[in-house]
Amino acid sequence: MKLLSTALLLSGLAVASCSFSSCQDKNNTDDPTPEVGEMDLEFDHVVGSQALVLDAATYTNAAGNPFTVSLFNYYVSNIKLTKADGTEWAEPESYHLVKENEAATQKVTLKQIPAGTYTKLTFTIGVDSARNVAGAQTGALDPSHGMFWTWNTGYIFTKLEGRSAQASGNGGLTFHVGGFRAPNNTIRTVSPALPNGTPLYIRADHAPEVHLKVNVLGMFNGPTAASNIDFRTLSNTMGGAQSVKVANNYAAGMFRIDHVHTN
Amino acid sequence: MNLRLLQRRARLSWGLAGLLVTACGPADEAARPAETVPGSTLPANFPPPVYVLDQNPPDRAAFELGRQLFYDPRLSRDGSVSCGSCHQQFAAFAHADHPVSHGVASRLGTRNAPALQNLRWSRSLLWDGGVANLEVFPLAPLTNPVEMDETLDRVLAKLNADAAYPRRFAQVYGAGPITSQQLLRALAQFTASLTSANSRYDRHARGEASGPWSTAEQRGLTVFRASCAGCHATDLFTDESFRNNGLDATFAADSGRAHITGAARDRGKFKVPSLRNVARTAPYMHDGRFTTLPQVLAHYDHGVVASPTLDPLLRQPDGRRGLPLTAPQQADLLAFLQTLTDESFLSNPQLAAPR
Repeated sequence: MKLLSTALLLSGLAVASCSFSSCQDKNNTDDPTPEVGEMDLEFDHVVGSQALVLDAATYTNAAGNPFTVSLFNYYVSNIKLTKADGTEWAEPESYHLVKENEAATQKVTLKQIPAGTYTKLTFTIGVDSARNVAGAQTGALDPSHGMFWTWNTGYIFTKLEGRSAQASGNGGLTFHVGGFRAPNNTIRTVSPALPNGTPLYIRADHAPEVHLKVNVLGMFNGPTAASNIDFRTLSNTMGGAQSVKVANNYAAGMFRIDHVHTN
Repeated sequence: MNLRLLQRRARLSWGLAGLLVTACGPADEAARPAETVPGSTLPANFPPPVYVLDQNPPDRAAFELGRQLFYDPRLSRDGSVSCGSCHQQFAAFAHADHPVSHGVASRLGTRNAPALQNLRWSRSLLWDGGVANLEVFPLAPLTNPVEMDETLDRVLAKLNADAAYPRRFAQVYGAGPITSQQLLRALAQFTASLTSANSRYDRHARGEASGPWSTAEQRGLTVFRASCAGCHATDLFTDESFRNNGLDATFAADSGRAHITGAARDRGKFKVPSLRNVARTAPYMHDGRFTTLPQVLAHYDHGVVASPTLDPLLRQPDGRRGLPLTAPQQADLLAFLQTLTDESFLSNPQLAAPR
């Protein structure tokens, strides 16, 4: 009994010391280290065929409303890679906040991916419901990033601010999309197609760079004309049913893999 | 050895590992037993907590840090208002005599500052239940323009530039700049410690010495169980639900829970408040409209207003609204409600502003 509790204590300490020094897989001394590789995701923000430039260029949505953008942030989380046989790799602690005004955030490097040939990339636009209510978080989920609602617990998954002369009120655009509870759940998980169906080869010496075009118009231009957002009727949403419309739009096509550098 | 015992042992080893981690700070802090932190013992007559002890284990140094922060007006934009300004210990951390409170620049809010007690058992916080976790609770008043009107970044900048805070945080959380997680967990050490479970009622419920229990109090308890405990349930005296208790016909000023859910069926619903220390938490209701408990009882007896979302428990089978209470029943109820006053909580020096 005493021996067992000592063993448990020691194992508890081992786990604790491991998690605090962020060591990885050091216990697997019996097995040869499996081959792992890396992959980059690069997010390129565009508005239709134009580059996104904050507070400068004027764009036009499908409803014909001209607009400018002053802020564009979103969460990409729970990134997964799937092989043809269905085997899945999920990035641990996978939470990334991408910001137009912070270039470093537009590149995400996935590490320690088991070598292999992956045929599908999947990620969530937003944050899973568990982390929305998990208390004080760090890193990308730190509430100090201005992506957390203080009066109605939860992350702002996608945040676009700007101006449009056609917006009601003072001409401001406030699209704060979030909410994780039915019926206004805006968590969306997407698997943008790999160009030409070419899989992602990940090896120790082979790190693909996946370049995604993130099209701001994807928030406002829906898959059908009926789902287009017209700023004359919707220019401000902070969760709720209107946010669901925007989330449905961007799930349908805001993220597109433009090309993959397979170096 | 059964599984549960094994789990307890595993948890114990985790706990010890946690102690070793805190031991990065001065050894004397880690050596003190956790039981000395208020609220670290769970009352026998309470249901299981929501914010479990393991999530942010009570720690003396972290608790004292949270206490310092709770009473520090520098958390507000202009340094005029602390958490403790509107949450006064003698009023069970409600705001005595204030229907609504004044924040920075004397701005008035729209809701009565609720009592802060037994928050460890709350599934949601605020009158509309908008906050889902105790740790992020302080962000609501901190950033509300009519309350502390501050940003998280500016608070962290102030704390990091302070002469004493960086050293105190480093003692608890290790070296490095103070982070929002450290700030929020330290505050949660204090807010989670606010356990009120030592009223005469509690001692009576636990079969402990509770002094003489008068016949009026006993009759009041019987009335309470028949008429009030449907909402003010368990020894927490709330079932944590959201209900429309018939204050208004429309809720133009404050839609309550509907503000969070956007659902018409939630219009005019507010969280059922605990009745613990209710004799000290006046004024009452989400907008502080009633100043005395007899006014509250009169409301339930004959003041309930009809509206589409009025709670079914306030509709009698004969079609009448409210909870019919005779004058003697009301007197007995008032006697019973006094037994919910927990003097040891209201005057615990460990929960007062640090000197």
